[in-house]
This record gives sequence, structure tokens and C-alpha cells, in this order.
Amino acid sequence: MLSIVLFALLLVVAITLFAKRIRFVRKAIGLGRDADFSDQTPLRWKTMARVALGQGKMTARPVAGILHILIYIGFVVINLEMLEIVVDGLTGSHRVFRGIPGYDGLIAAFEILAFLVLFACVVFLIRRNVLAIARFRSSELKGWPSLDANLILVAEIALMFAFLSMNAADALLQVRGDAHYPQAGAFPISQWLQPLYAGLSDGGLVAVERGMWWFHITGVLAFLVYVTYSKHFHILLAFPNTYFANLAGPGTMPNMDAVTKEVQLMMDPTADPYAAPPADAAPPETFGVKDVTDLSWKQILEAYSCTECGRCTSACPANQTGKLLSPRKVMMDVRDRAEELAGIKQKEGAEAEGGTPLTARITEEEIWACTSCQACIQACPILISPMGILLDMRRNLIMEESKSPESLTAMFNNVENNGAPWAFPAANRANWITE
Amino acid sequence: MAEMTAEGKAPEVLFWVGCAGSFDDRAKRITKAIAKILHASGTSFAVLGQEESCTGDPARRAGNEFLFQMQAAMNIQVLNGYGIQRIITGCPHCFNTLRNEYPELGGQYEVMHHTQFIRELIEQGKLRMADGQPFKGKRITFHDPCYLGRANGEYLAPREVIAKLDAELIEMRRCKQNAMCCGAGGAQMFKDAEKGNREVNVARTDDVLETGANVVATGCPFCNTMMTDGVKLAEREDIVVKDIAELIAEAADLV
Repeated sequence: MLSIVLFALLLVVAITLFAKRIRFVRKAIGLGRDADFSDQTPLRWKTMARVALGQGKMTARPVAGILHILIYIGFVVINLEMLEIVVDGLTGSHRVFRGIPGYDGLIAAFEILAFLVLFACVVFLIRRNVLAIARFRSSELKGWPSLDANLILVAEIALMFAFLSMNAADALLQVRGDAHYPQAGAFPISQWLQPLYAGLSDGGLVAVERGMWWFHITGVLAFLVYVTYSKHFHILLAFPNTYFANLAGPGTMPNMDAVTKEVQLMMDPTADPYAAPPADAAPPETFGVKDVTDLSWKQILEAYSCTECGRCTSACPANQTGKLLSPRKVMMDVRDRAEELAGIKQKEGAEAEGGTPLTARITEEEIWACTSCQACIQACPILISPMGILLDMRRNLIMEESKSPESLTAMFNNVENNGAPWAFPAANRANWITE
Repeated sequence: MAEMTAEGKAPEVLFWVGCAGSFDDRAKRITKAIAKILHASGTSFAVLGQEESCTGDPARRAGNEFLFQMQAAMNIQVLNGYGIQRIITGCPHCFNTLRNEYPELGGQYEVMHHTQFIRELIEQGKLRMADGQPFKGKRITFHDPCYLGRANGEYLAPREVIAKLDAELIEMRRCKQNAMCCGAGGAQMFKDAEKGNREVNVARTDDVLETGANVVATGCPFCNTMMTDGVKLAEREDIVVKDIAELIAEAADLV
């Protein structure tokens, strides 16, 4: 009875903490500007099914991709077992679903997947910490981000080990004919762990089985909460993030409608340039992006969805040639700033500001190093666009701050005066015909 | 275009030359090759000449949305004024902007990159390669322009055109979706690079050298500049950098 109460309490605490954190993150994402994604619903579902559910872009890098798919399938399938664990925990039953047909096969499948997950996590730990893979050694990963990554891998290994140990002890108890442990399940993997526990008394085995059961469920619930504070949030957010993905090509920049209005006004000879704006006109928005509040909420969602894999950075031509720019860092900066500002507003009220704005995190040097080649977008397994944020920040630098490298100012002047980025007169445009 | 309109004629296509193709000496040769191909295939075409103006792509990508939209509005006025429906461009940046960014501002056209149009001409039998292929036995590698490839998903047209050259097409390690940028996009062409340990075009030239190709085929005047410089810096002037239009013009004996 005590264990049932304890289990219920644990469940309630975990779900409460999770829900509270989700509310906070929703607020942080909500700091961004409105954006409408109600179009092309079927295509959006299809994109999500292909990219997130189907892991469609993962195998562009085969080693990491296939290992990731193992962990992903393992995670999804083994979590079916959670259903049984929760029912057992709340009712005091043991392996409550053992009567359903195919139960043994299911348990066997869980075991095999648990082993594959364990294997993949070990390889990932080696890749991160032993092999000198450049994208895991970038400066933006120093400290918490790389600890975060390692913690997740170690936690997954521990959880899988606990799951298998639980099964091993259970199977031993089944063989010994313990009344509380009826014959159930097939254990193709954990049978190899049995020698580890075979020397224990019945009481010892029950302690191992229960201990591992509690460790596993506590671990999973703790992980559920931890994930929302971690780069590992992608396991949930990859789904909405791909649903709300940009469906225009990666090379199409979103139009600024406010500017279109201005231009139309300028080109309309009947317009009165001195007319007062209508009384109900919305206050003009900042041009481009200066801080997270100028981003669309979707861009902040992208930042929370980013799992810092660094495929973008390793594909970025600027980064490859030693420039300061790292697309991954852009996403991390956006997330950290959204987190900071949402925290300030939670403490001091919705109007509160402060902290370090985005422009102090992403420098002009980084912003101007982008070649807009879209390699980062192509590389991202969940359709994030670091490039979009950089180009939006350029809009702010130019249209609000009038800050640009000198040569670009000259280019602008040329386009404006000659209709070409170079200082050639338009009259010479057709010279090639006769030259 | 103005002359044709005055004569009451409407061309099949408008050839959008682009700024590089109009003013850059190297790119002008590409423009001429495209024009020769259009002539040889019997395509009726026009150019805007003085009435053409920058699409605004470099301004937009450098953050100057206002200037971009001014350019777009002016160009759309001209294009719609002539009732233009079909445009071919010699530059993937113009191609991308006209095709993807003008519709929202009132400019709806069927836009083709010149490699797509050349492919169409060959398929329709309007353009034939001459006997005695100049590229027989050559090793050609194609450098995908970002705004033709990733931005518009066109990887096939340039390759199918190159296939007509009777040469060997060797892909670089990074090609198609994963092709590396030449370093010119996003208005980088018009400014110095940020501090780093090397130039982007030099890094991309390494990919070229790895293939052992003797010809680098390009589909963008800016890539062409970047790759030409890269090959020069690598002191490998035996490697020729040419636009696909130039290669086809040579193979069709139009030079």
C-alpha cells in the first residue's frame, strides 16, 4: 500500500513539474511575434511525418543517423512498457499485461531494443569524448552544453541497464517459483545478466528487482522533467517544429509587408505623403531582429528544438574557413536569451526587460559572415533555419541602425543610383551586344 | 524589348541578363554564349537593355529590404508593362528572386535558369552539338550554385546538359544538396570576408582539385569569379572554369 501511495506521489510530482515547465517554455516562445501557419495543413502533417516521425533527414550522416534511429525506436517502443509500469505501480499488480497475446514477444523486443539503445549510447559517448569529431569540440559547447549531452547519454545507459537488471532478477525469481513472480516474458538479452544476480537469496533478488523497478521509473520521470531544461527537449519539440516548418524554399526570404506598404505609397502619385496615419493604426514594428521579441515565435521554437548536434555548423562555409560564425551558436544564443527574458518577466512582470539582448550575444562579425548558402538549413535534421535569424538581424542592422560594412554601403548606393551593385551606368547595360 | 514592342512583336522569352552578365567582363562572355545559343536555336528573345535593373537580391540579403522592394517594384512595373510571361536568367540569384520573391509583390512569371532552358532546347531538338566534340575525354566537374541547387532544388538540368558534352562528369565529394558555397552569396561578393583562416573559394577549390577535373562547369557568374580566382590561387591555371552555356556554345560550334 505504501508503495502505491509513494508511486502515485512520484507521478503527480513529476507531471506537475513537467506541466509547470511547459507553461514557462510556452511563455518564452510566446515572446516572439505572431506568425500564421494555418495554411497547407496536409503538407504540414506530411512534413512532420516524414522528418520527425520518420527521421527522414537523419541518415544524411549514416553513422550518427542510424545510431540515432536505434535510440529513437528504442525510446518510443520501450515507453510502451511504461504503461504497464504505471498500472503496476498504481495497483500493486505485477506484469499486469502478461495475459495479452504476444506479451513474451513484446518483452523480448523491448530487451533487444534496450540493448541497441545501450550500444548506441556507448558509441555516442565515445564519439563525443574520445574521437576528435570537430563538431563536438566547438567552443560554444564548453561547460554546460557538453555536460548536458554526456548526462543524457549516461542516464540512458543507466536506465537501460536498470530495465535489463530488473528483468534478469524477475526471470530468476520466476524460475525459483516465487508466487509473486508468475511465468511471464522472454528475456533474450537479460539472460546474460542473470549470472550477476544468481548468487543472491530470494530476498536479495526481490530487492534487486524492486530496486531496479523503482530506479527505472524514477529515472524515467526525472528524465521527463530534465528534458524540458535540456537540449534534449528536441524529443518532443521536433514534432511541432517540423509541423510549423517553412514550406517556401530555403532560399526564399519572407517578405516585409510594412516595407511593401511604404514602397507602394512612394510609387503612388495620388498618395498624400503628409497624411496622418489612421487613428487605429498599429504602432510600427521594429525592422528586423534586435532581440528575441522581434523574432517570430516559430524561430524561438526552433531554438528550443535544437539539440546542438552541430550538423549546421560543420556544413557552414564560414565556420569551415575559420570565421567566428557558428549557426549552432546562433540557435543556442536565441534559446538562452528567450529563457533569460522569460525568467525576468516571470519574476518582475510582463513589462520587465533587462538581461543581455540578442545583439550582445550574436555579434556583427557573426552576422556578416553568412553567405546565405542555406547549407545550415539543409543540414538540420529537423528543419531549423539559423540563416533566417542572421538575415533578420541584418535587416535590423541596416534599416534601424544603418550599420553595415563600408563596401556594402557603396553597393547599396550603386543599386540605388545605377540599378547595379557596381558603379556602372545603366546606359552601358547592353554594351555586351556590340563589344 | 522596347524595339520589338514598337514593331508590334512579342518575343517567346525575355532574357534577363543580370548585373554581372551586363557589366563584368568575364560574365559578359557567358551572356554572349547564352545569346548565341538562343539565336542558334531559333528562339525569339529580347533583352530589356537599359530598362533592366538589379533584382535587389544582394540588397535584400544584406538586410536592405527597402532597397530590394524599390527595385522589385520598378522591375515588376517594367516586366508587367511589356506583358512578359517567360523569363530566362543567366544568374541563379536573379532566377531565385524573380521566381520566388517577386510573385508576392505582383510579379508572376515563368522563370527558368539558363541551364534549364538549354536542356529544353536540346530535348526539343532545337540545339545540336557539332561533330568533333571539343570536350571528348575531358573530366568535367560541376559546382552547384546555392541558389539553383538548395534554394530551388535544380540539380539535374545542369548535369543533363553536361552529359551532352561527351565528357566525363566527376562529382565533387560535396555536391548537389551538400555542395559547398563558393563564398560569394549573401552579398559577400561586395565586401571583404570576415577574419578567418582561409577564404571560402580556396576551400571549395580543394574539392575541385580532389576530383582531378580539367574543367569546372559553373551556372552562376559569381561562382565563376570565385572558382576562377580559387584555381588561380592554387596555381592550377590548367584547369578551365567555364559556364555551362560557354561549354555548350563551344560544343555546338557557335563560338
